[in-house]
Amino acid sequence: MGPVKVRISDVCYAVEGVEILKGVSATVGEGEVFSIVGPSGAGKSTLLRTINRLVEPTSGEIFLDGAPTGEMNPLELRRRVGMVFQLPALFGETVADAVLYGLRLMNRSADTGPLLESVGLDAALAGRNPQSLSVGQQQRVAIARSLALEPEVLLMDEPTSALDLAARQRIEDLIGDLSTRLNLTIVLVSHVLDQVERIANRVLLLLEGRSEGAWSKEEFFSDKTGERARRFIAGEL
Amino acid sequence: MQDFGTVTSALLALSLVAGAVAISRYQRLDLERDIAVAVVRSFVQLAAVGYVIDIIVGLENLLYVVLLLAGMVAFASWTSAGRGEGVLRAFPVSAIAIGVAAASTLGILLALQIIPPTAQYLIPLGGMVVGNSMNAASLTLARIRDDVKARRLEIEASLALGATSRQAISPVLKAALQNAMTPLIDATKTTGIIFLPGAMAGMIIGGADPLEAVRLQIVVLYMLLGSVSVAAILVGLLSYRSFFTPRHQLRIASPES
Repeated sequence: MGPVKVRISDVCYAVEGVEILKGVSATVGEGEVFSIVGPSGAGKSTLLRTINRLVEPTSGEIFLDGAPTGEMNPLELRRRVGMVFQLPALFGETVADAVLYGLRLMNRSADTGPLLESVGLDAALAGRNPQSLSVGQQQRVAIARSLALEPEVLLMDEPTSALDLAARQRIEDLIGDLSTRLNLTIVLVSHVLDQVERIANRVLLLLEGRSEGAWSKEEFFSDKTGERARRFIAGEL
Repeated sequence: MQDFGTVTSALLALSLVAGAVAISRYQRLDLERDIAVAVVRSFVQLAAVGYVIDIIVGLENLLYVVLLLAGMVAFASWTSAGRGEGVLRAFPVSAIAIGVAAASTLGILLALQIIPPTAQYLIPLGGMVVGNSMNAASLTLARIRDDVKARRLEIEASLALGATSRQAISPVLKAALQNAMTPLIDATKTTGIIFLPGAMAGMIIGGADPLEAVRLQIVVLYMLLGSVSVAAILVGLLSYRSFFTPRHQLRIASPES
């Protein structure tokens, strides 16, 4: 693991009396693909959202490059920490509008060609209506839209769950490529274990709002992680 | 109200309602009870307000007019807040929106001397303004509440790209305002061609000069357009914040809950 990019320190989150996160700690190294796994309802998506402060932790803190994110301007934080969701949710009439959405909020613009090419799309798609693209292509546009802000960290919440197998593998290849080519730190929530095995460097297992630990991918998929992790991998949790 | 002929004609008009009830029963629409409640309530409420207006017009004191209008605003806000159940501070938001809409439109009509400051004008026009503003406020509140839930992903995606709460909710606000204002805009566009508005129809039936009826109706339409816009926009701007924290986070819990 390289230098620490994101440090999650004893993060709790409760809403209407229900504890969703119960003191989660973890560190994410710069340039790695860090995967959060766990059964549904374990708190994966909520933990991911505390990193860009779409969800405010009830207690605990998250540090970006050593600085507490709770003291940062949330808008500036979210430009440094991008996010891709399960579904693309693209805005605007054209692919170019969709890609430039975040920049235009700051009255800035950019050339869409290189951005589209960096996610494996033809630059000529810029004038098309995003709804006319396949969901896999739309998800790439959503990734390009995040990259337009030149983030240091990219959060991905089940980014391939709405895609067919072929499109899923192309996005997985792209994630690996972004991490090595741009040295982008990626935090990936996924329930697809073979996806995690293909592209993650390290794995955090979340069970009922608690961290069971974080391991390198090789350790996680070996038998050295303990009973609970073994049972999760075997599909028993 | 004391005219026996009027009461008789009201009772005769009730036979039309009997027809509606018969159709409801025949088609099993289950509307009989609602129709009955509506008939009784409207009769009692209109009779009561008729006496109240009669008394207030007789008092020739504008303070009572203002009190009556304030009562209307309070009742309208309560109704509208009920439609916006689940929205934080729905009652004060509706009360400010409907109150400002009514005060500003009636105030302009008075300041420009389009209508005289008498109970005879202020109460019926005020009632129309409050009623239409109430509808707009209810529609706006309910639509924003439903859309914030239904379009959660879009709003979060926008926030995640560095948008402020206001920027992230702007498509929801736009849809809610269009939804609240379109019926009145369409009615205004087609007025005179498809239907004659109630006030104008009433004046013509009552024997007033049709041109005078048209003059008042135009005033009414513009007044309603103005007040409905004010009410819908104020409700939108005052309520959207309650769905967010000051740190531009959606208040709707978390994806896991």
